Amino acid sequence: MNILSLIIKREFISKVRNKSFIVMTFVSPLIFVAVAVLIAYLSSMKSEIKHIGIHDESALFISEFKSNESYKYHDVSVISPEILKDSISQKNYEGILFIPNKENIKDYEKSIEYVSESSPSLAFIATMESALSDKLTRQNLSAKGMDTLILDQSKIDVTMHLTKASGEETVKGLNEMKVIIGSVFGYLIMMFIIIYGNMVMRSVIEEKTTRIIEIIVSSIKPIQLMMGKIIGTTFAGILQFVIWAVVGVFLLIIANVVFGLNTSSPTTEMAMETAKFADVKVYFDEFLKLPLLSMVLYFLIYFIGGYFLYSSLYAAIGAAVDNETDTQQFMFPVIMPLMLGVYIGFFTVMNDPHGTVATIFSMIPFTSPIVMLMRIPFGVPFYQIVLSIFLLFATFIAIVWVASKIYRVGILMYGTKPTWKELLKWLRY
Amino acid sequence: MNHSILEVKNIVKKYGAKTALNNVSLAIPKGSVFGLLGPNGAGKTSLIRIINQITFPDSGEIFLDGEKLQPHHVRYIGYMPEERGLYKTMKVGEQALYLAQLKGISKQEAKKQLDYWFEKFEITDWWNKKIHELSKGMAQKIQFIVTVLHQPKLLIFDEPFSGFDPVNANIIKDEILELKNQGATVIFSTHRMESVEEMCDEIALIHKSEKLLDGTLVDIKKQFRSNTFDVGIIASNPQELMSNLKEKYKLNRTAFKSLDDELQFSAVLGNHSSNELLQDLLSHGQITHFAEKIPSVNEIFIKTVKG
Repeated sequence: MNILSLIIKREFISKVRNKSFIVMTFVSPLIFVAVAVLIAYLSSMKSEIKHIGIHDESALFISEFKSNESYKYHDVSVISPEILKDSISQKNYEGILFIPNKENIKDYEKSIEYVSESSPSLAFIATMESALSDKLTRQNLSAKGMDTLILDQSKIDVTMHLTKASGEETVKGLNEMKVIIGSVFGYLIMMFIIIYGNMVMRSVIEEKTTRIIEIIVSSIKPIQLMMGKIIGTTFAGILQFVIWAVVGVFLLIIANVVFGLNTSSPTTEMAMETAKFADVKVYFDEFLKLPLLSMVLYFLIYFIGGYFLYSSLYAAIGAAVDNETDTQQFMFPVIMPLMLGVYIGFFTVMNDPHGTVATIFSMIPFTSPIVMLMRIPFGVPFYQIVLSIFLLFATFIAIVWVASKIYRVGILMYGTKPTWKELLKWLRY
Repeated sequence: MNHSILEVKNIVKKYGAKTALNNVSLAIPKGSVFGLLGPNGAGKTSLIRIINQITFPDSGEIFLDGEKLQPHHVRYIGYMPEERGLYKTMKVGEQALYLAQLKGISKQEAKKQLDYWFEKFEITDWWNKKIHELSKGMAQKIQFIVTVLHQPKLLIFDEPFSGFDPVNANIIKDEILELKNQGATVIFSTHRMESVEEMCDEIALIHKSEKLLDGTLVDIKKQFRSNTFDVGIIASNPQELMSNLKEKYKLNRTAFKSLDDELQFSAVLGNHSSNELLQDLLSHGQITHFAEKIPSVNEIFIKTVKG
């Protein structure tokens, strides 16, 4: 135990003192903030107003189009179509909507034309089409002798009230929130595994290339070194995350102080803020209603299981090769299940958290840390969690055993780039 | 057998289908310098790794100072592998302390020893340097210190002088002999025969996974003596001398350094004694050289490996 803590300490200190670690720790939050600010700035920029000409021979629709921030509509019915088409190429108008005059309302269906230089966005087409359809439907209804006013009055909007079988009330959007929380957990695990797994691997390769490894294993067992390395790197990683969290909170406070002052004065905005706040409060209350403590607990369990599982694989890969360029052929099978887990989480769990695919992948140990964590906010039967954790830790022990065997042989092998077959052979040495 | 610091009994080690060591047994006397010889790929490094508990034998046993080899015995063994290195970005002092602590000694003890060696080599100002800031020769000194820092009873050097410049090699050689005088036992694994001839008390020869011979250097040389004498004589009648001698001894041409322009040959005594040969020579002229041909380790090595 004493030896293990000695190794953990060395690995931790050597990681933390490393220049790239220090740079990573303090520069990446800044980059993150810079990107966020840039995105906020870009999206807050008002896009140029687009001028749309309406050439309406029927005179039915001209009042249907209301100009807004993005689009300004102009009645150009009096100008001849040829001149209008020229004006498009002269950039006077973004596009012109040509509406002919038809006797039969049904005839409008296929006869309205939109002419523009560049193809319009899907959203724009949808808005235009729905405005036109809406007007024509009403026109049609009146023509057939129906009172559109009565129709409007008799319209009913249903808002479903969601209640769980257990009697708890729930609100719309809660599922989205659960997906986000689950995704954040799953994504964090994946990022941590990839960043710090790689760090473990590089550290193993470093010991191999400097040839110090033989001196070390003449003093201690390879598995002690491997575990010490993984745990030491984990502590360095956790420290990095904690620093990020602290810096993040700090930046958030600064942002609040700087931007918060602007919004506090006008009373109308205040009112809006409180309305928003009420909304946020509902979500916050719901958030607190989630089994947070157990979720954090599960996060830690799956984090430890998943991270150790993968980083021992990374350590074994590092031991099997002589330099980093040789790691490629072994990296793909390691990265693949991680990516698979994230994609399944994003596409399957979101739509059907308790479906067959989601359930199966939340059992498979290589994807369960990600998929199960995404499922847990939706409420997973306890036996499934127990089974999944059991499988994860059983595999974890098996993989650590296999990895330490490969590690033990690999660290003393030089000059050969092993194949998968050879790695299997090493297990029997 | 109590005077053996290390006893290797019937060690077998296989890597897949390849046998690295086949039933090898050795006894290494306390306080000796033991040469483990053999061509490249003979199994020396495999045996050394087993003694260091880096790998484990398929069968056979090892005893250190009478006790069956156990994990805690690493404390008493100092090992300098053939392929050596240190952490490049770690400070020299910290690194040495860390490696000593891995061997199981306390930080205070390691510090005390480190101060002793740093003063001895006059390198106290290196403490905070990193290995990549040092020259190769400097790094080699650190490597040696790291090997002996925990005051091991048994020192194992795999090809100790490869990569050392002559000045450093000499320093290390003197330090090794000094440690031997203080009671440590030293195992040398090498295929360089000059250093064996100079330093070793006992040797063992491993070839193609098998131990071919072992024992004290003197005993082995006796075993390989051929009762051949080199003779230098200024003969009055060389033809007559040669034909006379041919009847009793087997003669060979030979050459050795000499100040005279004499007749040089070697004679295999067979059943006759050296005095008899001398007597046969005396009447034929003036003897300038008469010495037994002692087989060199190199000759023994080549003869054993080829035979």
